[in-house]
Amino acid sequence: MAVSDADVLHVAALARLAMPVERVPGLVRELNGILDHMAVLETVDVSSVGADARTPMPRRTDVVAPIPLLRPLAEFAPAPRDGFLLVPRLSTHSQLGASEGDE
Amino acid sequence: MSTETAADVTAGFEMVVGLEVHVQLKTRSKAFCGCSTNFGAPPNQNTCPICLALPGALPVLNATAVELALRVGLGLGFTINRTSVFARKNYFYPDLPKGYQISQHDRPIAEHGSLDIGISVDGVPRVIGVTRAHMEEDAGKSIHDRYEGATAVDLNRSGVPLVEIVSEPDMRSPEEAGAYLRTLKQILLYLDVSDCNMEEGSLRVDANVSARPFGQTTLGTKCEVKNMNSFSGVEKALAAEFRRQCGVLVAGGTVQQQTLLWDGHKNEIRPARSKEGSSDYRYFPEPDLPPLVVSDAELTRVGATLPELPAARRARYAAMKLSEYDVQELTADPSTGPYFESVLRLHDDPKAVANWVNGEVRANLNETGAAWSQVSLAPSRLASLLDLVRDGIVSSSAAKKIFALLLVSDATPREIAEREGLVQVRDDNALAGWVDQVLAENPAEAARFAAGEKKLQGLLVGLVMKKSQGRADPKLVNQLLTSRASG
Amino acid sequence: MTSSETLDSSAAATASAIANGSAVATDVAAASLARAHANRSLNAYVTLASEADVRDAAAAAPEGPLRGVPVAVKDNIATTSLSTSCGSRILAGWVSPYEATAISRLRAAGAVIIGKTNMDEFAMGSSTENSAFGPTVNPLDHSRVPGGSSGGSAAAVAAGHCRIAFGSETGGSVRQPAAFCGIVGVKPTYGRVSRLGLVAFASSLDHIGVFGRTVDDAALGLRVIAGHDAHDATSVDAPVDDYCAERGRPLAGLVVGVPAEYFPVTLDERIRQRCHRAIGVLRELGAEVRAVSLPHTDLAIPVYYILAPAEASSNLARFDGVRYGPRAPSDDLRGMYERTRSDGFGPEVTRRIILGTYVLSQGHYDAYYRKAMLVREKITQDFAAVFASGVHVLFTPTTPTTAFPFGSKSDPLEMYLSDIFTATANLAGVPAMSQPIGLVDGLPVGGQFLAAHFRESDMFRAAYALEQALGSEALS
Repeated sequence: MAVSDADVLHVAALARLAMPVERVPGLVRELNGILDHMAVLETVDVSSVGADARTPMPRRTDVVAPIPLLRPLAEFAPAPRDGFLLVPRLSTHSQLGASEGDE
Repeated sequence: MSTETAADVTAGFEMVVGLEVHVQLKTRSKAFCGCSTNFGAPPNQNTCPICLALPGALPVLNATAVELALRVGLGLGFTINRTSVFARKNYFYPDLPKGYQISQHDRPIAEHGSLDIGISVDGVPRVIGVTRAHMEEDAGKSIHDRYEGATAVDLNRSGVPLVEIVSEPDMRSPEEAGAYLRTLKQILLYLDVSDCNMEEGSLRVDANVSARPFGQTTLGTKCEVKNMNSFSGVEKALAAEFRRQCGVLVAGGTVQQQTLLWDGHKNEIRPARSKEGSSDYRYFPEPDLPPLVVSDAELTRVGATLPELPAARRARYAAMKLSEYDVQELTADPSTGPYFESVLRLHDDPKAVANWVNGEVRANLNETGAAWSQVSLAPSRLASLLDLVRDGIVSSSAAKKIFALLLVSDATPREIAEREGLVQVRDDNALAGWVDQVLAENPAEAARFAAGEKKLQGLLVGLVMKKSQGRADPKLVNQLLTSRASG
Repeated sequence: MTSSETLDSSAAATASAIANGSAVATDVAAASLARAHANRSLNAYVTLASEADVRDAAAAAPEGPLRGVPVAVKDNIATTSLSTSCGSRILAGWVSPYEATAISRLRAAGAVIIGKTNMDEFAMGSSTENSAFGPTVNPLDHSRVPGGSSGGSAAAVAAGHCRIAFGSETGGSVRQPAAFCGIVGVKPTYGRVSRLGLVAFASSLDHIGVFGRTVDDAALGLRVIAGHDAHDATSVDAPVDDYCAERGRPLAGLVVGVPAEYFPVTLDERIRQRCHRAIGVLRELGAEVRAVSLPHTDLAIPVYYILAPAEASSNLARFDGVRYGPRAPSDDLRGMYERTRSDGFGPEVTRRIILGTYVLSQGHYDAYYRKAMLVREKITQDFAAVFASGVHVLFTPTTPTTAFPFGSKSDPLEMYLSDIFTATANLAGVPAMSQPIGLVDGLPVGGQFLAAHFRESDMFRAAYALEQALGSEALS
């Protein structure tokens, strides 16, 4: 399963990393080298491996007790305004009105 | 099916609908941190290192969120997975602080449920398959129209616990979808797991709709419709999207899979912004959270706290020989029943109690906007009032006056009746005196009545009641007149 | 005792000298800071505390097992007074508005934090060459790396600035630099030390670990930060033993397993020889030495370099310029994200995010991530089987080589293979530690003990005894 230039560009886009074209061939080569080393996993028989036996999850009592912020958000946020966090508008929203973003 | 014109493009097509319902769970604190879930706080006030996704912060699961999710699962008859797994759903969006949403993916807490939504138009009972219910956290809010060129992010909602309930594509009309949603909401309100308030967003519905020619068994290409803020909005949006898809198919085109937004103001559907980049959520098990294990004991405990659900309550009330109308009214809201029954325990006449609860009490609540849990009239006082009516001490019309006064007074119904002169007069002499007066003042009618014209009795009773200023016991007046007619 | 002499005595002795008044906490702290300043050329720190702050902290240090003991802390553990940059431009100058649980425990125990130590960016590396703030130098040979990713903490202890320092491990980032710098490095059981406030690299593999000049220093440091924390769902509520009480315990009855897979034919003969000498010492001390097998050991690196980048790609998504950190100017959101992240992350972090995103992406998840999770379970079962067979501790080399020269490992895969003997313990979650067992060409060689989950005491028992018996041989 060799990694292609297109794979690297696709994955960089998913990860929101700008990817200058001149970096692509080097990354493709490195990734293929690393993934070649992973190929050994294909040969491992894992049929005997059962469900994970990790300790079950602890749960916290439902009380309002946030870990305090020793500095307020507005002090460290890059673009605070009226309590909000501002970000550049999505290009697809440039001429749109309000709509709730649940992605 | 919403057919509007004879030349409807939808003719010959069947609608297929599946619904995803997001329900905000009623917890004090968020799913994975100790921040308040209060609605309406100033922007970003309810945030902490965890829900701001500060470096090094870790989630810890809220026990009550699990309990409420189990109530949903058990209440809807799901199979509860004893071990469920949280996963990360990875995508970038400004209101998703961690760059992933903690959700459940291939091992949700509850699976394989169903929902009985009543009888279809052609008389067939409709049971809708419910695929799964999984726990997840809410995202924050992005506001796009407040600042020029910028999106404003408020993370107060970020991390509020949700259960997402996903149905099978089993619904065939907007009405069925509406019935599913109303049935589901009613059960959720009975389970007391959520406010289920669509305006405030504590219940949100996404619909997957497709169209296919009748008789075809494979599914057509589905589109997702979002942004409806009422159940009727869902029904309208489904009809509109179905018409759109049928139009595409009739014109020989193919439906493209896409997400659409319902505009409730314009009553129209429009394509959503395309997601930035392709969606590949790269789910993997959340390494910060071990598997969620539900023990036998826990399941038994939560099961034991489940309230009576609407169907069971309806059946019980129907067995009291209450009318279909009374049963529906008494069970529509989960807290009507408890009030009804606490009155009934003191005044054992279901029909009479139902009449009053669905009549005067409900009217008063509608007037004041109070909830059933806040009815200002104690059940014992209403029961005493009904006792007075049953025992003929006050008339029904007097009881209504007393009811109004009970709401603004601490006096007993009896005291009010006496104070206001509403106790029915049952003294034979007094009654006979009024009857005599009425007969004397209306000699023509009196003569006809005496001659056997029985239908005049009602008129005469009315005149006696008027003469007595409503205080005479009409039953006794009737008896008296009957005896006069035959005497 | 002068402050400098106090600094050169054990952490426990320092704390008691301060407690009984024979040393002055503020002077000890200032002396520690002065040594760090004198050694600035090592580049062991991203940030050093001011002398005034250190003196204030020392003066206010509460009574406790580390009262007045100067310590250094890796730059990926959240502190509210000093910045926590993770060796990255994307967090340069970031001062956390909340504190790591381990830091709260350290302060409550009386420790004085003198600085935040340099590291490979986001702990991704084995040499500390990947820091945005320049590489750290090995105090024993300035032409060589100190190891990584916790290279700054290792250098601080090796150079004598402090007796105890804290680091983090995802695949060997405490044990490997400890080996390269000739000191003790401990990775406890997964769940033993709270991860709250440890900036995540790969959550299922990340641990806070401890460096000590000696076994005792490390044992004391671990005891202070160990224990259950309700703010970390992976923290385990298991009793914390007094690791220092293992000092002087005889080894009779202790079964030491020697896994063949950690002594491949390609292993440097001189490293093999130092290990065998140590094993001989353990036997002489009364331990029973058994040959054992951990058959899936050679799969650790492939598994590790799938799982760790996968988790990292998700953990590092939060660095998006929305809520904190620098933000690159852009008119649109997409551009803001991409420029902020590309400007902020260095090449190794970028490489791992790309790799991790790839192995999780559609069409690749089953072949890589899912398979790696299953093989990880096999590796864990290997350890479980060996410890269930009556073996108390395993003994292996910590690293296949001694400290290497700067720039000598330009191929990422070659660098990744330097974790070959350490990554297994992170995958299985078992405790492990490295201690000096000799020199090769004047450079330290680390020997590694591993134990069963929550059996840190077993490995400390062996380590104390070996350290004492080797004595000056550990430096030959």
